Amino acid sequence: MTLDLILFLILALIAISTAFGMLLSRNAVYCALFLVLNFVTVAVFYLLLGAPFIAMSQITVYAGAIMVLFLFVIMLLGAESLPAAEVLPWQKPLATALAFVLAAEATFLLITRARPEGRVLQPDASANMMDNLRALGAELFSRYLLPFEVTSVLLLVAMVGVIVLIRKEKRVH
Amino acid sequence: MIPINYYIVLSAILFTIGTLGVLTRRNALIIFMSVELMLNAANLAFVAFARAREVALGQPFFDGQIFVFFVIAVAAAEVAVGLALIVEIFKSKRSIDVDQMSSLKG
Repeated sequence: MTLDLILFLILALIAISTAFGMLLSRNAVYCALFLVLNFVTVAVFYLLLGAPFIAMSQITVYAGAIMVLFLFVIMLLGAESLPAAEVLPWQKPLATALAFVLAAEATFLLITRARPEGRVLQPDASANMMDNLRALGAELFSRYLLPFEVTSVLLLVAMVGVIVLIRKEKRVH
Repeated sequence: MIPINYYIVLSAILFTIGTLGVLTRRNALIIFMSVELMLNAANLAFVAFARAREVALGQPFFDGQIFVFFVIAVAAAEVAVGLALIVEIFKSKRSIDVDQMSSLKG
């Protein structure tokens, strides 16, 4: 049972439970937030698989832009069916305790793992994959240049299409 | 190193949950979110297979990652257009329940 495997199993548990949360939640806003959490866990899986660029695209495009768009439309349509305000009595104490645990953990790591000269610990050589990223960029802009440009045209077409769809129709006299 | 099979099983589970969402939910927005979940599961399998190939080759192999990048870009375009359509449907029917969208019936 290596550390990798434990991390994988915990993350897999989070991914599956958030997916089920999205499936079963009655409230559309909760569904969207569960899905954000799911996307972030999948991004961590990409990091574990040695694909940092995809992980960051996942967080910025999926968890960021796409889900904000979803939440925006949910609010716009008023499709969320908010249940009667139910106050969870244990929520605030638990959140406070967890916040203290996080602060203690972060401080502990920063103090014990810092370098002798007092700096914050350097990332491992394996975590520092700039060469990998550079090679990926070179590949993307040489062998895959045409698909890349086609994608940008596709995004432009989608944008124009959305504007045409949403625009108010002017009466033609 | 985590066996590649674990990722594939996880991807299959996530894809199945997405399918369940598409089949059981009636809110068009939630169905759309389930489709996104399925796309994500497919992406995870893609990156996992790319990693397996990379390990087998013993050198960097980016094709899988680049395809996933394209899938993410196309998904962004798809979400924009799909949400615009849902807003339009809501404007004309005042509902996004997919069971209500039956005006083409008969």
